Amino acid sequence: MKLVVAYIQPHKLKDVKHALYKAQVYKMSVTNAMGCGEQHGYEESYRGIKFEVNLLKKVRLEIAVNQDFVEQTVNAIVEGARTGEIGDGKIFVLDLAECVRIRTGERGKKAIG
Amino acid sequence: MRKGSKVKKLLFRVMVLWAILLSVPAFAESNTAEGSLENMTNFTQGLDTVWVLLGAFLVFFMQAGFGMVEAGFIRAKNTCNILTKNFLDFCMASLGFFIIGYALMFGDGNGFAGVKGWCLFGLEPTANGIPLYAFWLFQAAFCGAAATIVAGGMAERMRFPAYLIYSFLISAFIYPIVGHWIWGGGWLSKMGFADFAGSTVVHTVGGFAALVGTSMLKPREGKYAVDGKPNVLAGHNIPLASLGVFILWFGWFGFNAGSTLSVGDGSLIGRIAINTNLAAAIGGIVAMATVWKRFGKPDLSMAMNGALAGLVAITAPCAYVEPWAALVIGATAGYIVIRGVELLDKLQIDDPVGAFPVHGICGVWGTLCIGIFGKTSLGLANNGFVYGGNPMQLGIQMVGSVSTIAFVVVSMSIVFKLIDLTVGLRIGREEELRGLDIGEHGMEAYGGFQIFSTM
Repeated sequence: MKLVVAYIQPHKLKDVKHALYKAQVYKMSVTNAMGCGEQHGYEESYRGIKFEVNLLKKVRLEIAVNQDFVEQTVNAIVEGARTGEIGDGKIFVLDLAECVRIRTGERGKKAIG
Repeated sequence: MRKGSKVKKLLFRVMVLWAILLSVPAFAESNTAEGSLENMTNFTQGLDTVWVLLGAFLVFFMQAGFGMVEAGFIRAKNTCNILTKNFLDFCMASLGFFIIGYALMFGDGNGFAGVKGWCLFGLEPTANGIPLYAFWLFQAAFCGAAATIVAGGMAERMRFPAYLIYSFLISAFIYPIVGHWIWGGGWLSKMGFADFAGSTVVHTVGGFAALVGTSMLKPREGKYAVDGKPNVLAGHNIPLASLGVFILWFGWFGFNAGSTLSVGDGSLIGRIAINTNLAAAIGGIVAMATVWKRFGKPDLSMAMNGALAGLVAITAPCAYVEPWAALVIGATAGYIVIRGVELLDKLQIDDPVGAFPVHGICGVWGTLCIGIFGKTSLGLANNGFVYGGNPMQLGIQMVGSVSTIAFVVVSMSIVFKLIDLTVGLRIGREEELRGLDIGEHGMEAYGGFQIFSTM
């Protein structure tokens, strides 16, 4: 079992979701996150004064998958989120020790479903 | 304490007496027949001017109403953009209507347009019994209203420079030309076409311009699924939208009752005020009931659209109909607007705030209602259809509506096409997803809040 964690541009969420659905991945958690990487930020201006917004709005996706789904999940996120510009985001794949479905008490592979 | 108030009373009495004594010679001086007549005329004109200016200020305040409604009904990431458009279009309309618009609308000319009075130069100092400048301000506020209707229909995806150009063109040329036909002594007014406060001049023009614009822009990203089913892109601030509707309703009393341009004995403005209120109220009720029945919940945003629909529909006939007719007109408008919203979704025309169903469809409906419910005893040339079955006025109203729609659709198509070819009408997809606030203006409406463009 793996946990796929991805930080992507908020405005790419729609495309990523679409790509995930195509890859038959329907389960995910999405949270808002702030972050910065190589992108540094962008400029806003307020009443004539420019300022840099450094911590950028990102969206964090968390998807728990069984081993045989890791590759297509990661590929789908890349396909949906990539523009080729700095700031497209990162994907981390972590080992997942346990998974429990609260409703039934099922554990492990079955619980991920 | 008590003593102090006695002294005050005494002082007050002395002052009143003094004022009366002072005013006696003034009365005596002007007590000739000619003098009092002149005073009376001055007084009447002054009263009318105050009334029309009050109306102008109320109609100006409607600009805030439009801004709040539109901001509330769209997503947070585009709020700065829509408010900038609402703000700047009144600025542009004031300018356009001063330099060119007023001359086209009210200047002497032919049946199609006026040709005299550029920058108000060379015009009589009074117009319609009130000072020209007061009349101009009232009309300029109307012009701004017509221009700003379109912002809502084209919200969340139209480029800002394109909007600036559009707002100048509609207020300098398109709105005034239709206005000349109907209010400036043009061919429709000669024909006997009636539009008391602007269901055609303001709302049909604005509504159909919005329809042309929004269908040319194509739907917002994600509004319609691949199979054509509409998605919800919910408004982000319903309290703000509600405030906007209340402001519009409030301002509408100036819009309709101010259009008398005079106070008279008060009976006409009284009738208009009650008709305006009744139509709005029942429009809200019927729209709520309709949406409740069709979709299972009393949706506030649709109920508010219904009240606005009632207001738009009663705008043309407000002076010519009885209160019972105002109820019928408002109720039908409240139903029509819901079906109009559904129809647009079926045709996949994305109108984020319902500008076309409210202003376009109900504007036409209100205009036709003169021909159905209008009465000669209330100042109309021919009785409406329900009083004796005379279709004359209804026919004239149809001619007026159809020709206005034709002119607006053709001219706005040309305007938007030209803008699209030169500066571009629609923003890019990335920017649309990220929001126009950051893309177009580099600032956010809710600084410090975490609003993510996740839709």
